[in-house]
Amino acid sequence: MNTIFFIAAFVAFISSVMAISNRNAIHALLYLILSLLSISVIFYISGAPFIAALEVIVYAGAIMVLFIFVVMMLNIGNAKELEKKWLHRSMWIIPVLLAMVLMAVFIYALNGSVQSRTDTEVIGPKQVGVSLFTTYLIGVEIAAILLLAGIVGAYHLGRQKKKVIHRFMNQGKKPAGKILTNADV
Amino acid sequence: MVTVSMEIQLALAGLLFLTGLVGLLVRRNIIFMLMSIEIMLNSAGLAFVIAGSHWMQADGQVMFIFILTVSAAEVSVGLALILQMFHHYRTLDADALNRLLDKKKMEN
Repeated sequence: MNTIFFIAAFVAFISSVMAISNRNAIHALLYLILSLLSISVIFYISGAPFIAALEVIVYAGAIMVLFIFVVMMLNIGNAKELEKKWLHRSMWIIPVLLAMVLMAVFIYALNGSVQSRTDTEVIGPKQVGVSLFTTYLIGVEIAAILLLAGIVGAYHLGRQKKKVIHRFMNQGKKPAGKILTNADV
Repeated sequence: MVTVSMEIQLALAGLLFLTGLVGLLVRRNIIFMLMSIEIMLNSAGLAFVIAGSHWMQADGQVMFIFILTVSAAEVSVGLALILQMFHHYRTLDADALNRLLDKKKMEN
Protein backbone atom coordinates (compact mmCIF):
# COMPACT_ATOMS: atom_id res chain seq x y z
CA MET A 1 0.00 0.00 0.00
CA ASN A 2 2.79 2.40 0.82
CA THR A 3 4.40 1.71 -2.54
CA ILE A 4 1.13 2.60 -4.26
CA PHE A 5 0.96 5.81 -2.27
CA PHE A 6 4.45 6.87 -3.29
CA ILE A 7 3.90 5.96 -6.95
CA ALA A 8 0.64 7.94 -7.06
CA ALA A 9 2.25 10.87 -5.26
CA PHE A 10 5.12 10.84 -7.75
CA VAL A 11 2.75 10.81 -10.73
CA ALA A 12 0.64 13.58 -9.17
CA PHE A 13 3.64 15.83 -8.59
CA ILE A 14 5.24 15.27 -12.00
CA SER A 15 1.99 15.82 -13.88
CA SER A 16 1.16 18.96 -11.87
CA VAL A 17 4.56 20.42 -12.69
CA MET A 18 4.08 19.53 -16.35
CA ALA A 19 0.60 21.09 -16.26
CA ILE A 20 1.82 24.48 -15.10
CA SER A 21 4.95 24.51 -17.27
CA ASN A 22 3.39 23.43 -20.56
CA ARG A 23 2.95 25.99 -23.31
CA ASN A 24 -0.07 24.36 -24.89
CA ALA A 25 -3.34 24.73 -23.00
CA ILE A 26 -4.89 21.43 -24.10
CA HIS A 27 -1.76 19.45 -23.21
CA ALA A 28 -1.62 21.17 -19.83
CA LEU A 29 -5.26 20.23 -19.23
CA LEU A 30 -4.58 16.58 -20.06
CA TYR A 31 -1.66 16.59 -17.59
CA LEU A 32 -3.97 18.14 -15.01
CA ILE A 33 -6.51 15.36 -15.54
CA LEU A 34 -3.72 12.82 -14.97
CA SER A 35 -2.81 14.61 -11.76
CA LEU A 36 -6.44 14.49 -10.58
CA LEU A 37 -6.65 10.76 -11.35
CA SER A 38 -3.54 10.00 -9.31
CA ILE A 39 -4.84 12.08 -6.40
CA SER A 40 -8.00 10.03 -6.66
CA VAL A 41 -5.86 6.90 -6.19
CA ILE A 42 -4.44 8.46 -3.02
CA PHE A 43 -7.97 9.17 -1.77
CA TYR A 44 -8.96 5.58 -2.40
CA ILE A 45 -6.07 4.00 -0.54
CA SER A 46 -6.43 6.35 2.41
CA GLY A 47 -9.95 5.09 3.05
CA ALA A 48 -12.19 7.56 1.20
CA PRO A 49 -13.72 5.66 -1.74
CA PHE A 50 -16.66 8.06 -2.13
CA ILE A 51 -14.38 11.06 -2.46
CA ALA A 52 -12.20 9.15 -4.93
CA ALA A 53 -15.26 8.56 -7.13
CA LEU A 54 -16.34 12.21 -6.80
CA GLU A 55 -12.87 13.36 -7.79
CA VAL A 56 -12.98 11.35 -11.00
CA ILE A 57 -16.61 12.18 -11.88
CA VAL A 58 -16.83 15.85 -10.93
CA TYR A 59 -13.26 17.13 -11.22
CA ALA A 60 -11.82 15.11 -14.06
CA GLY A 61 -15.16 14.54 -15.75
CA ALA A 62 -17.03 17.82 -15.49
CA ILE A 63 -14.78 20.73 -14.53
CA MET A 64 -11.93 19.74 -16.83
CA VAL A 65 -14.34 19.21 -19.73
CA LEU A 66 -15.59 22.77 -19.11
CA PHE A 67 -11.99 23.98 -19.38
CA ILE A 68 -11.40 22.02 -22.57
CA PHE A 69 -14.59 23.40 -24.16
CA VAL A 70 -13.53 26.96 -23.41
CA VAL A 71 -10.05 26.40 -24.81
CA MET A 72 -11.62 24.94 -27.94
CA MET A 73 -14.06 27.87 -28.23
CA LEU A 74 -11.18 30.33 -28.08
CA ASN A 75 -9.56 28.36 -30.94
CA ILE A 76 -6.02 29.64 -30.74
CA GLY A 77 -3.67 28.84 -33.59
CA ASN A 78 -3.99 26.97 -36.85
CA ALA A 79 -5.48 23.52 -36.35
CA LYS A 80 -3.85 21.63 -39.22
CA GLU A 81 -0.28 22.60 -38.42
CA LEU A 82 -0.87 22.02 -34.75
CA GLU A 83 -2.14 18.51 -35.34
CA LYS A 84 0.97 17.61 -37.29
CA LYS A 85 3.11 18.88 -34.46
CA TRP A 86 1.08 17.10 -31.79
CA LEU A 87 1.46 13.69 -33.37
CA HIS A 88 5.21 13.86 -32.87
CA ARG A 89 6.51 11.32 -30.39
CA SER A 90 8.01 13.78 -27.94
CA MET A 91 4.58 15.31 -27.36
CA TRP A 92 2.81 12.21 -26.10
CA ILE A 93 5.52 9.91 -24.70
CA ILE A 94 5.65 11.43 -21.19
CA PRO A 95 1.88 11.49 -20.51
CA VAL A 96 1.55 7.96 -21.87
CA LEU A 97 4.33 6.73 -19.57
CA LEU A 98 2.76 8.41 -16.54
CA ALA A 99 -0.66 6.99 -17.40
CA MET A 100 0.88 3.53 -17.83
CA VAL A 101 2.31 3.78 -14.32
CA LEU A 102 -1.20 4.42 -12.97
CA MET A 103 -2.52 1.58 -15.10
CA ALA A 104 0.11 -0.78 -13.65
CA VAL A 105 -1.00 0.18 -10.15
CA PHE A 106 -4.59 -0.53 -11.15
CA ILE A 107 -3.76 -3.98 -12.54
CA TYR A 108 -1.70 -4.75 -9.44
CA ALA A 109 -4.69 -3.87 -7.28
CA LEU A 110 -7.08 -5.94 -9.42
CA ASN A 111 -4.88 -9.02 -9.08
CA GLY A 112 -5.71 -9.15 -5.42
CA SER A 113 -2.17 -8.57 -4.26
CA VAL A 114 -3.49 -5.77 -2.11
CA GLN A 115 -4.95 -7.27 1.03
CA SER A 116 -8.48 -6.15 1.71
CA ARG A 117 -8.83 -3.46 4.29
CA THR A 118 -10.74 -3.89 7.46
CA ASP A 119 -14.06 -2.13 7.23
CA THR A 120 -13.51 0.03 10.27
CA GLU A 121 -10.75 1.93 8.52
CA VAL A 122 -12.85 2.96 5.54
CA ILE A 123 -15.16 5.94 5.90
CA GLY A 124 -17.93 5.08 3.46
CA PRO A 125 -20.52 7.20 1.68
CA LYS A 126 -23.11 6.50 4.37
CA GLN A 127 -21.09 8.10 7.15
CA VAL A 128 -20.26 11.05 4.91
CA GLY A 129 -23.92 11.51 3.96
CA VAL A 130 -25.13 11.34 7.54
CA SER A 131 -22.56 13.91 8.61
CA LEU A 132 -23.32 16.10 5.58
CA PHE A 133 -27.07 16.25 6.14
CA THR A 134 -27.10 16.59 9.92
CA THR A 135 -24.08 18.49 11.23
CA TYR A 136 -23.32 20.42 8.06
CA LEU A 137 -26.88 20.98 6.80
CA ILE A 138 -26.54 24.76 6.83
CA GLY A 139 -23.35 24.40 4.78
CA VAL A 140 -25.23 22.36 2.17
CA GLU A 141 -27.87 25.09 1.89
CA ILE A 142 -25.25 27.81 1.55
CA ALA A 143 -23.47 25.73 -1.10
CA ALA A 144 -26.75 25.45 -2.99
CA ILE A 145 -27.15 29.24 -2.98
CA LEU A 146 -23.53 29.60 -4.08
CA LEU A 147 -24.13 27.27 -7.02
CA LEU A 148 -27.24 29.26 -7.98
CA ALA A 149 -25.17 32.45 -7.91
CA GLY A 150 -22.55 30.69 -10.04
CA ILE A 151 -25.16 29.70 -12.64
CA VAL A 152 -26.66 33.21 -12.82
CA GLY A 153 -23.22 34.82 -12.94
CA ALA A 154 -21.94 32.51 -15.66
CA TYR A 155 -25.09 33.09 -17.73
CA HIS A 156 -24.89 36.85 -17.37
CA LEU A 157 -21.18 37.04 -18.18
CA GLY A 158 -21.22 34.50 -20.97
CA ARG A 159 -24.04 36.18 -22.89
CA GLN A 160 -22.98 37.80 -26.15
CA LYS A 161 -24.06 41.43 -26.15
CA LYS A 162 -25.92 42.29 -29.34
CA LYS A 163 -25.26 45.59 -31.01
CA VAL A 164 -28.52 47.50 -31.49
CA ILE A 165 -28.37 49.96 -34.38
CA HIS A 166 -31.34 52.17 -35.13
CA ARG A 167 -32.63 51.89 -38.70
CA PHE A 168 -32.14 55.64 -39.40
CA MET A 169 -28.46 55.24 -38.76
CA ASN A 170 -28.16 52.55 -41.40
CA GLN A 171 -29.55 54.78 -44.18
CA GLY A 172 -26.41 56.91 -44.57
CA LYS A 173 -23.10 55.56 -45.79
CA LYS A 174 -21.65 55.66 -42.37
CA PRO A 175 -23.52 55.54 -39.12
CA ALA A 176 -23.16 59.11 -38.05
CA GLY A 177 -23.97 58.84 -34.41
CA LYS A 178 -22.81 56.65 -31.68
CA ILE A 179 -23.56 52.96 -32.01
CA LEU A 180 -25.83 51.95 -29.21
CA THR A 181 -24.99 48.84 -27.34
CA ASN A 182 -27.00 47.02 -24.75
CA ALA A 183 -24.87 48.57 -22.07
CA ASP A 184 -25.99 52.07 -23.08
CA VAL A 185 -29.70 51.33 -23.26
CA MET B 1 -4.57 0.99 4.59
CA VAL B 2 -1.70 3.36 4.15
CA THR B 3 0.83 3.29 6.93
CA VAL B 4 2.81 6.23 5.62
CA SER B 5 3.10 8.78 8.38
CA MET B 6 0.67 11.67 8.23
CA GLU B 7 3.49 14.18 7.94
CA ILE B 8 4.58 12.74 4.62
CA GLN B 9 1.03 12.75 3.29
CA LEU B 10 0.52 16.34 4.35
CA ALA B 11 3.90 17.16 2.79
CA LEU B 12 2.54 15.87 -0.51
CA ALA B 13 -0.48 18.18 -0.15
CA GLY B 14 1.88 21.07 0.62
CA LEU B 15 4.05 20.23 -2.36
CA LEU B 16 1.06 20.23 -4.70
CA PHE B 17 -0.14 23.51 -3.20
CA LEU B 18 3.31 25.01 -3.77
CA THR B 19 3.23 23.80 -7.38
CA GLY B 20 -0.07 25.56 -7.91
CA LEU B 21 1.17 28.73 -6.23
CA VAL B 22 4.30 28.84 -8.37
CA GLY B 23 2.17 28.34 -11.47
CA LEU B 24 -0.14 31.17 -10.42
CA LEU B 25 2.77 33.53 -9.85
CA VAL B 26 4.82 32.61 -12.90
CA ARG B 27 2.29 32.19 -15.70
CA ARG B 28 0.60 35.19 -17.30
CA ASN B 29 -1.83 33.23 -19.44
CA ILE B 30 -5.11 33.54 -17.58
CA ILE B 31 -6.27 29.98 -18.35
CA PHE B 32 -3.11 28.63 -16.75
CA MET B 33 -3.67 30.86 -13.74
CA LEU B 34 -7.15 29.38 -13.32
CA MET B 35 -5.71 25.87 -13.65
CA SER B 36 -3.15 26.63 -10.94
CA ILE B 37 -5.97 27.75 -8.68
CA GLU B 38 -7.62 24.38 -9.35
CA ILE B 39 -4.41 22.57 -8.31
CA MET B 40 -4.26 24.62 -5.10
CA LEU B 41 -7.92 23.95 -4.21
CA ASN B 42 -7.42 20.27 -4.90
CA SER B 43 -4.36 20.03 -2.66
CA ALA B 44 -6.28 21.75 0.13
CA GLY B 45 -8.98 19.12 -0.28
CA LEU B 46 -6.30 16.42 -0.18
CA ALA B 47 -5.07 17.77 3.15
CA PHE B 48 -8.64 17.71 4.52
CA VAL B 49 -9.25 14.10 3.44
CA ILE B 50 -5.90 12.94 4.84
CA ALA B 51 -6.62 14.55 8.19
CA GLY B 52 -10.14 13.11 8.18
CA SER B 53 -8.86 9.60 7.55
CA HIS B 54 -6.22 10.01 10.25
CA TRP B 55 -8.80 10.74 12.94
CA MET B 56 -11.42 8.40 11.46
CA GLN B 57 -13.96 11.16 11.02
CA ALA B 58 -16.19 11.93 8.05
CA ASP B 59 -15.73 15.70 8.43
CA GLY B 60 -12.69 15.82 6.17
CA GLN B 61 -14.65 14.30 3.30
CA VAL B 62 -17.55 16.67 3.92
CA MET B 63 -15.14 19.59 3.65
CA PHE B 64 -13.83 18.16 0.38
CA ILE B 65 -17.38 18.16 -1.02
CA PHE B 66 -17.72 21.84 -0.07
CA ILE B 67 -14.38 22.63 -1.73
CA LEU B 68 -15.63 20.81 -4.83
CA THR B 69 -18.75 22.99 -4.88
CA VAL B 70 -16.82 26.21 -4.47
CA SER B 71 -14.37 25.19 -7.16
CA ALA B 72 -17.17 24.34 -9.61
CA ALA B 73 -18.87 27.72 -9.07
CA GLU B 74 -15.55 29.55 -9.33
CA VAL B 75 -14.59 27.80 -12.55
CA SER B 76 -17.91 28.51 -14.27
CA VAL B 77 -17.76 32.23 -13.48
CA GLY B 78 -14.04 32.42 -14.21
CA LEU B 79 -14.34 30.79 -17.60
CA ALA B 80 -17.23 33.11 -18.53
CA LEU B 81 -14.99 36.04 -17.57
CA ILE B 82 -12.18 34.62 -19.73
CA LEU B 83 -14.56 34.38 -22.70
CA GLN B 84 -15.58 38.02 -22.22
CA MET B 85 -11.94 39.05 -21.91
CA PHE B 86 -11.01 37.27 -25.12
CA HIS B 87 -14.02 38.82 -26.84
CA HIS B 88 -12.95 42.35 -25.86
CA TYR B 89 -9.16 42.23 -25.99
CA ARG B 90 -8.34 39.28 -28.32
CA THR B 91 -5.69 38.10 -25.89
CA LEU B 92 -5.39 35.85 -22.85
CA ASP B 93 -2.52 37.80 -21.29
CA ALA B 94 -3.47 38.90 -17.79
CA ASP B 95 -1.21 41.95 -18.08
CA ALA B 96 -3.43 43.30 -20.86
CA LEU B 97 -6.09 43.94 -18.25
CA ASN B 98 -4.17 46.62 -16.39
CA ARG B 99 -6.99 49.12 -16.49
CA LEU B 100 -10.60 48.92 -15.53
CA LEU B 101 -11.77 51.79 -17.73
CA ASP B 102 -13.12 51.40 -21.23
CA LYS B 103 -10.73 52.37 -23.99
CA LYS B 104 -13.35 54.69 -25.53
CA LYS B 105 -14.00 56.51 -22.32
CA MET B 106 -10.29 57.03 -21.75
CA GLU B 107 -9.87 58.67 -25.12
CA ASN B 108 -12.71 61.13 -24.51
